Amino acid sequence: MNMLYGLLTPTEGEIRLDGEVVSFDGPGDALAAGIGMVHQHFMLVPVFTVAENVMLGHEPTRGPVLNRAKAREQVRELSERYNLKVDPDALVETLPVGVQQRVEIVKALASHAKILILDEPTAVLTPQEIDELMAIMRELKAQGTSIIFITHKLREVKAVADRISVIRRGKVVGTAEPTASETELAELMVGRAVSLTVAKDAPTVGEPVLRGTGISVVDPRGHLVVKDVSFEARAGEVLGIAGVQGNGQTELIKSLLGLLRPAAGTITLDGQDISRYGPRQSLEAGIGFIPEDRSHDGYVGPFSVRENLVLDLYRSDEFSRGPALKLGAIADNAEARIQEFDIRTESAETPVASLSGGNQQKVVVAREFSRPLKVLIASQPTRGVDVGSIEFIHKRIIAERDHGTAIIVVSTELEEIYALSDRIAVMYDGRIVATVPPDTPRQELGLLMAGAVPDSMEAAQ
Amino acid sequence: MTAMSPTPETLAPEPEGKAANGLQAWLPTVRDTALAILLALIVGAVLIAISDEDVINSLEDLFAHPGSFFVYAGDVVRHSFGAVFDAYKALLDGAFGSGSALRRTLERSAPLICAGLGVALAFRAGLFNIGAQGQMLVGALAAGYVGFTFDMPPVIHLGAALAAALIASSLWGGIVGLLKARTGAHEVITTIMLNFVGRFTVLYFLAKESFQRPGSDNLLSPPVDDDATFPTVFGLHLGIPLAILAAGGVWWLLERSRLGFEMRAVGANPEAARTAGMSIGKVYVLTMAITGALSGLAISMTVLGLHQSITDQVVGSVGFDAITVALLGRATPHGTVLAGLLFGALSAGGLGMQTQAGVPPELINVVQALIVLFVAAPALVRGLARLERRKKKADKAKAARTGQEVAA
Repeated sequence: MNMLYGLLTPTEGEIRLDGEVVSFDGPGDALAAGIGMVHQHFMLVPVFTVAENVMLGHEPTRGPVLNRAKAREQVRELSERYNLKVDPDALVETLPVGVQQRVEIVKALASHAKILILDEPTAVLTPQEIDELMAIMRELKAQGTSIIFITHKLREVKAVADRISVIRRGKVVGTAEPTASETELAELMVGRAVSLTVAKDAPTVGEPVLRGTGISVVDPRGHLVVKDVSFEARAGEVLGIAGVQGNGQTELIKSLLGLLRPAAGTITLDGQDISRYGPRQSLEAGIGFIPEDRSHDGYVGPFSVRENLVLDLYRSDEFSRGPALKLGAIADNAEARIQEFDIRTESAETPVASLSGGNQQKVVVAREFSRPLKVLIASQPTRGVDVGSIEFIHKRIIAERDHGTAIIVVSTELEEIYALSDRIAVMYDGRIVATVPPDTPRQELGLLMAGAVPDSMEAAQ
Repeated sequence: MTAMSPTPETLAPEPEGKAANGLQAWLPTVRDTALAILLALIVGAVLIAISDEDVINSLEDLFAHPGSFFVYAGDVVRHSFGAVFDAYKALLDGAFGSGSALRRTLERSAPLICAGLGVALAFRAGLFNIGAQGQMLVGALAAGYVGFTFDMPPVIHLGAALAAALIASSLWGGIVGLLKARTGAHEVITTIMLNFVGRFTVLYFLAKESFQRPGSDNLLSPPVDDDATFPTVFGLHLGIPLAILAAGGVWWLLERSRLGFEMRAVGANPEAARTAGMSIGKVYVLTMAITGALSGLAISMTVLGLHQSITDQVVGSVGFDAITVALLGRATPHGTVLAGLLFGALSAGGLGMQTQAGVPPELINVVQALIVLFVAAPALVRGLARLERRKKKADKAKAARTGQEVAA
């Protein structure tokens, strides 16, 4: 996709647009040819207004002066025509993610894109916002825009696509009609039969292991982002924490590991107060931690697979003697984990940054599973991971649960929450607004995630 | 880390991860460095030519008699080549031409290598250490003071003076690490400021009576006691073997030790290091302390070896050249040794150029700076060397070929 948008040049082959061979030297060329792209990570300037962001790159001018009025007019006109509902004068940083995404779409349309590439656009949206996006996509289609919609979520492709191409390991492995079943699509994606639901027995729930009481967390910018949260994670049970990104989940689990110090409240592990533990003490006390963004703090990119597999284990007697590392033991460990977790890598020496997302995540997961755990905190354990690896990682998590470990899974994807959880806690605006059983209907969970308390729940509380 | 420092990832090589690919992975680096040196020498040659008196004279003739252009143009070219040839021959002679030239090269390389290793180590931990200069200054003061004040038995006196330098310099460096760990103060700012403090501390002490050589009006300390000086072998003091040992030690630290693992992790991704339970603050303090100790080792070679006294100019610009050496050496121990030898040779050869060919020694500084400039801009160098363009052409040709095949 980056090739179509001119960010990368193909080493071989050609791109044809309306039957003509084109070659792009940069996004500018692609834009000029009518190709617009909305990236997974938004490319907006937060301190600019919507209109300013939209005109960026092709600013309308009157002499040497920017013509802001014209840009505003353009935004208003486009958002009316496609029913996009964007205020041209709003500051981008103040807008919710879903609206920022619409700004990206307006931006692409403003440069007269005939073809719109959407790269994993739904990752950051609530179920309701996803529905709105789908409606916008249909509207665009009706008015003649072609859309390339990249996603790993099968439900969404089926809902909105007219034709489906499946890409596996850089190759188009097949095309399908939207009438194909999810299982058929998943098989195409993975190349073998996969089960989309994790087979699991009823949990054998034991004693509470990790307990949080009245936890409040203030983030580095001084905002109170976790407000008086209490929960308990019990042995042999998966506690799912659902919620739209940015509702305090990140900070909550960071405080559990000791990466952020809670402003109030206590955290206990097996009855022992660990509220003031740092990450090292927490890890040594038996907490396993899979961070939400692996490239941010899950692995060290330039480090080899071998080194990343001991990133938090190198201090143990198994891997070091005095001040020296036991390179032999570290290498043996790498071979064993690569086998066990089926990590696809050229060698143990390959830098993790050059692996695929799924295999990077397997490195992180393999590392955390390679020592005895009391609690596993897994945040977005399968974000940006291929279907095959999702299945594998989910199975491992359930196996760990059945082994008697308390599991906390934080996910913004309802599929994952439903697949793994034995209890679901929903976070909204820094609070756990409800803890519900795993058979709660999707619609109800969606409303809870959006901060609304459904009628049936109000009665129950 | 910050916008100010060149990120160590871009500098530092893929650690040992790429060792499997061995030499091949290093080829582009070696090629780019060689090209950078070559280009810098070419620019240097132009400077030599246009500042040469014969060339200037023949240029004047050329403009005075535009009619006989070719006659005088020939003169210009001939004189230019002559001047450049003489200068670079003097450079080579000065660096390698004789036993004493070689000795001078090695003597000048050793402190550059040690201080360069300190800067390189800091780079790998994500720290941009501008402070080698200040660390060396306080190290000089400590080594010199112990060296000329006390009276101790032979080996012990040298050991004590050396230890004093290492401790003083590593404390000076450690302060920077501590400030960063505790308050987040940026190491570029603190090291630069501590350079000033170090410089004026030395000036202050040198003006004191206890640091004054009797009968001297200059800022010159008494000579270091003979028992506290480096022993010499074949007229060469211990500097070079110590520098090589230090490089080996830094390599072991980075590639084989727990602390080195933490340093590299913090340097490449501090967030991941923190989440993995590493103490970033501890790594900063220890890294800066070790960096300082390496600076201290560097300056003791001068104070206890070469000069055997302290002056206000004792460090020269070694502390700053160390940064360039570490950059040129891509922040690896072996690269730093090679870069240190190159700069040592240029420095010794510069002296030869001045005495034999009358080229001002500042030219060598220009060449050194240009080398690093070209190394820092590999795309520029490759562009100048037309490598990039050729590659693009080849790619286009290939694309065209495949296109034709498809069409056929």
